[in-house]
This record gives sequence, structure tokens and C-alpha cells, in this order.
Amino acid sequence: MNGWSGTILRVNLTTGAVTKQATDMKDAALYIGARGLGDKLYIDEVDPKVDPLSPDNKIVFAPGPFSGTFAPSGGRYHVVTKGPLTDAIAGSNSGGSFGPELHYAGYDALIVEGKAAGPVYLWINDDVVEIRDASKIWGQWVPDTTDSIRAETDAEAKVACIGPAGEKQVLFAAIMNEMNRAAGRSGVGAVMGSKNLKAIAVVGTKPIKVADPKAFKDAVLVGRKLVKEHPVGGAGLKAYGTDVLVNILNQVGALPAYNFQDGYFPTADKVGGESLTANTLVRAKGCFSCVISCGRVSKVKNPKYAGEGEGPEYEAAWSMGPDCGIDNLEAVSKCNYLCNEMGMDPITLGSTIACAMDMFQAGILTTKDTDGLDLSFGNVDTLVELTRKIGLREGLGNKLALGSYRFANSYGHPEFSMTVKKQEMPAYDPRGVQGIGLQYATCNRGGCHVKGYTIAVEVLGCGAKLDPHATAEKPFWVKLFQDLTAAIDASGGCIFGTFGMGGENFAAMLTALTGVTYTPEDYLKAGERIWNLERMFNLEAGLTMKDDQLPERLTKNPIKTGPSKGQVSHVPEMLPEYYQLRGWDEKGVPTKERLEQLQLA
Amino acid sequence: MPKVLMIHPDRCTGCQNCELACSFSHETQFRPTATRVHVYTWDREGFSVPMMCQQCDSASCVKVCPSGALHRTKGTTLVEYSREKCIGCRMCTIACPFGSAVYDSVTESILKCDTCGGDPACVQFCPSQALEFVEDSISTRSRKSVLAGKFKSAFEGA
Repeated sequence: MNGWSGTILRVNLTTGAVTKQATDMKDAALYIGARGLGDKLYIDEVDPKVDPLSPDNKIVFAPGPFSGTFAPSGGRYHVVTKGPLTDAIAGSNSGGSFGPELHYAGYDALIVEGKAAGPVYLWINDDVVEIRDASKIWGQWVPDTTDSIRAETDAEAKVACIGPAGEKQVLFAAIMNEMNRAAGRSGVGAVMGSKNLKAIAVVGTKPIKVADPKAFKDAVLVGRKLVKEHPVGGAGLKAYGTDVLVNILNQVGALPAYNFQDGYFPTADKVGGESLTANTLVRAKGCFSCVISCGRVSKVKNPKYAGEGEGPEYEAAWSMGPDCGIDNLEAVSKCNYLCNEMGMDPITLGSTIACAMDMFQAGILTTKDTDGLDLSFGNVDTLVELTRKIGLREGLGNKLALGSYRFANSYGHPEFSMTVKKQEMPAYDPRGVQGIGLQYATCNRGGCHVKGYTIAVEVLGCGAKLDPHATAEKPFWVKLFQDLTAAIDASGGCIFGTFGMGGENFAAMLTALTGVTYTPEDYLKAGERIWNLERMFNLEAGLTMKDDQLPERLTKNPIKTGPSKGQVSHVPEMLPEYYQLRGWDEKGVPTKERLEQLQLA
Repeated sequence: MPKVLMIHPDRCTGCQNCELACSFSHETQFRPTATRVHVYTWDREGFSVPMMCQQCDSASCVKVCPSGALHRTKGTTLVEYSREKCIGCRMCTIACPFGSAVYDSVTESILKCDTCGGDPACVQFCPSQALEFVEDSISTRSRKSVLAGKFKSAFEGA
């Protein structure tokens, strides 16, 4: 067996049963691993109408074939479940070392089902798998949880866990591994919490074998060289982290501000990557097998916001910064540390606070609703206090823990929620960059940038340079990025590898590693297969083309200031062409022909 | 001029590419217990250090080895290991104060850095030059130059 480990581990928390099954090698070839194989395993077993937080839901953790090899930046794993925030398929991807370790333990995937009677954690040491009591660890924040579990298992165990946010089922709780790496979005941490599963600790010592070692090494060296020579992959991300994008997006007028009231923020540079490097950066850090090192080890010394950890990433700096009318890097960093320590998605957190600030400005919320807090845009102290309250579900934080859609809707004003499929859109204004809006609208896990990052061609000029305000050809690019990303996610790769590498490089590495031949076309087709599998799940879960829409604010209210002044989003005009390219009917339902072509029928 | 493997912890990003390259170059597979270099990471501080055999001039592992399996060939800087001579007593793993000689039950042999015969794979695969294979007399030059730079700014500022 090359690339794949050949075994799927299954743990039923209700019965305590631990079982193993052989990986279906036909499925492995078709769906690759991680996001793809994880999707396939999950969707084959779970009713799409399942309540995400019920014991009937399952959660899958899956490394890809690359995870544990030196494929450049290829050490990732994927968490698949139904998202409690979105009520759609959830896939959250994380780096660090947890995925490779699970692969070294001998597993292509871990399926967790049922619900434990009380708090537990899993201890996986190669073939030996134990469900252990976690009642003394329950309540601890992420860093302490990690230390406690290492003390009980192995000092070098890789630990994926939830903090208080996951325990209390904050609907955007994250799963954290190695303390600072996150499977961040769509509320996967709440699913762990609903199962009383505090953590998973792994030590693995088994080999990952390579079908053609020479060809694999050659393909890896080619890939590494391409990334190294790329201005973003080779230099930009290491120097400034992803937060370098603050100024870049502001300069094209696509940095959403004040809950998307505007698309430009004059003092944004204060929370940008250049400021971070100058003020709070300690050093650059890389995930397992990373050649890019975008991670930011950072520290804030100012006693008011003192803390240390990682980040913020661009999207976090934006959501808790300009989207809330804030330009204080130290406060934003503090909130980012709190999100990591309590285990929350900072994108949804910041955007949910921005939504509440917007409703406060509109007079829908008053201090009677806010525990007396002044929710004016720009109020830094409120931002920090609300972050803590949300993680612990105290007072107003208990309501905000449901995300902006449910929060705004509970006041009868869902229009204030800047979400797609109830998940908050990230830091790229779809009015200033048209293609990314179509990605938000159509992404299977709701408002999300990473699963179809057209910013690469619309703003950064990587591979192609398109006019961000134009709509022509954007449906083509959105589909291409979505399919390629799905294949990269399934391989265990990092999408930042595309700052240098193309589909042909990933396909060459996967072929040499596994011995299964993937042409670049096969590789993209695997991605398209995964995309359609997720789409079918969502449709069966009850989603329709009405869920492929942006909030009305973005199609009706133009950006007020900056380089994209006057622009609105044209998603409704682009959507029919996108459906057509996907081989879906006019209602967004995959046709039988396309499903047959993709071996999904 | 003899070369040494120089470690620069200040440049290490914790990516473990060195471990992967080490395992792969010795076994053409990725087995975490096959690697001769280990990266230690403190997650809270985000600090990482690669550790490996430093090929001591006066090597405890050589001194304690009863069969001559660990030895130094005259005129080289490498502590060499002969699998055929090794009796598997594991005395070297106890003697090495750095923990850099490890018994591996899979291959039934001692694993320690052999500098890949003079072209270390870990150095080739380190993306941040945290590992360098350099002539020993200039191995600390980059550190000296950083400090020299501080003198430069002190004098220029004055």
C-alpha cells in the first residue's frame, strides 16, 4: 500500500466500540483522501437531514495521501461533518502536525459516531485506541487542555481539541490542534462538544510508503522550486503572513468595513501585515512539511491586551478590525489569541460582532439588549469583552454564539447578517471583486473564500490577471478554483501551494506517491466529483438555489468610498452561467449526465 | 576542510522537512521513527529546535561501544556506524548525552546521523537554512556577523 494507509478507524462513543475497516481502494482512487474520502465516508453513512448536534451526526477526521510526506506544505487534514452553523456539509481544513500523525498511526480516516455519557478524549497510539475519561479536563482552555492530555498520554502526542466554546456548542466553535492551528469554520468544534468529545491525542510510528520514490522526489523538488520562486509563495507570505492582504485589498477597494456598509477603510494599514511584522511578530512558523511559513508567532506586551500565540491571519484581522470599524492591532491580536485559546472561528466571531454593532447603530439594539455595553462601531473594549463573553456564552455572548444570522433573525432583521448559508463571508468585498462573490454564493459550506480563491487571479495576478470589477469569465474561474481546491484538499495539500504549483504538479506528486495514475485532467475531475458529492448532500439536506445568494446589501447598496465606489455585486447575473458550466439545471441541481460522467450516478 | 552540520534554531520554522528528508533518504519511505534528526517544538512559544548527532571529537558512543561498530576513521569528522559489527547492546544510546544515538527495533540497528555520506538530505530540504553543512572553521560566521552588525549600528548611531 502506497500513499494510503489502508485502514479506517471507527469509534462509537455511545457504545464504546472501537472498530477498524479496510479502506475501499476504489473510493480512495476516486476521492483521494482527506476532504474527498472523508466526504464519501460521511455522506454514505449519514442522513442529510440529521440534526448536526445530535448523536446521530458523525464527524470524520481524515489526512490525505500527502499528509506525512515531504510533498510541499502537504501535511493537512480535513474534518467532515454537517455544520451546526450552516446546516450544510461542513469541511474544515487544518495544518500543524495532527493530520500526519494520524496517518502515521495507520489511518486514512477516523470516524467518530454517537455521544459519550460524559466528557471523554480519544488516545490513539498506533493500533491501540482508548476512550478515556476527560471530566477533569473539561472546562480547560485549549493550551491547558493540550498540556493536560500530553501529561496523561505522551509528551509529544499531537492533540486536536476543543476549548470552552466547543464544549458550550458555540455554533462557530473550532477544533484546535497543536494549540494554534484550527479546523476553524462552520462549527465543527460544536459537533465535538455535542458528543462530549474533548480531544483526540495521537502518536503514530508507521511508515507512509511511496510507489515510485525517485519520481516522487523529483516531482517534490520541482514543486518546491516553483513555490520558492513565486513572489507570494516564496517570499511575501513568510515576510508578512496572510495579513499582508489588508493593504492590498484596501487598495482595490474591496476591504469590507462596518459590516459591509463600505468597501474601503482609510486606516486599515494599522492592522495589516506590515504593521504586524513591525510591532508584534516574534517569528515565522510553518506547518508540517511547509515550505512557505506563513504562520505568525506573535506577542503583545501592552498590559491591556497582553498575550502571545499566533496570528492574526488576514481574515481575522479584518473581521475583528475594519469590519468592526477598528484599527487597533493589539486589541485585534488579543481577540485572536482568545479565539485560539477558547477554540472559535475568528471570522464568524468578528463578523457577528460587526452585525451587532450595525444593529446597535440602527437602533434595533440598545444598551438594554447588550448587558450595558456600548456597541458603537470602533469600540475596542467592547470587542474584547464580547469575544470573551461569546466563548463562555455569558449574557449577550450567549445569543451572539449562534452567529449573526440567527442573532439578527431573532430580532426580525436577518438583512443585517452578512452571511451565505448562515456562514459569515470573509474579508473580500464581492462588490469590489466579482468572482469571489460567486464563490461565496455557491460554496458548499457557505460564505468562504478558501474553497475557490479567485482573489489569486482577480487581485494578486497569479496565473492570470483579471479585472476585479468584470464579470466575464468569472464563472469559469470560480469553477476551476473550486475543483482544483477540492482535489488539493483531498490530497492533504495546502492551497497556498498554488502560489507556485499548478494542478499538473499536484497530480504528478500524487501519481508517484500512490501509484495510481492521475493526469492533470483526472485530478481536476476528482475535485469536481467531490464538489458535486457535497452539492448533492446539501440539496438532500434541504438547501436550494435560494441558498446560492448573497445578502441583499451587496447587490443593492453600492460601495460608498474608495477605489470601488459605486460598485455592487453581480452574482445573480453570473449564477446561470456557473450552473451551466457545472452541468447543473437552471435550479442548480446536477444533471444525471454530469453525475454519470463523474461516476456519481 | 572538514564540514559540520550547523543548527540555527533562530531560523527554524518547525516544519520538520528535515525529518522527512532524513527518513526518505535512508529508507525511501516516511517513517517518523526512522529519522536521525528530531525537531522539538514548544507550542505555546512557537519555538522549534532541530537536534541531531554532532559527531563529537571525543564521542561517548565510540568510547562505550564494545564491538567497534561506532568508530571514527582517522582524518574524518564523522562518527561512523557499522551495522555488521553492532551487537545491539544499546550502550551507545545510554552513553550519548544528547540522546542522538537511538535503537530502532524496526531495522534492528542504531540510528544516528551519517551526514548522508557528505550531502545531508536534511540540509537540502530545510526551507529556511536552519540547517547548514559548512566548513567547521566558518560555521559560526553568520552568528558573528549578526553581532558585528550591532557594533556597526552602535558606532554609526554614535
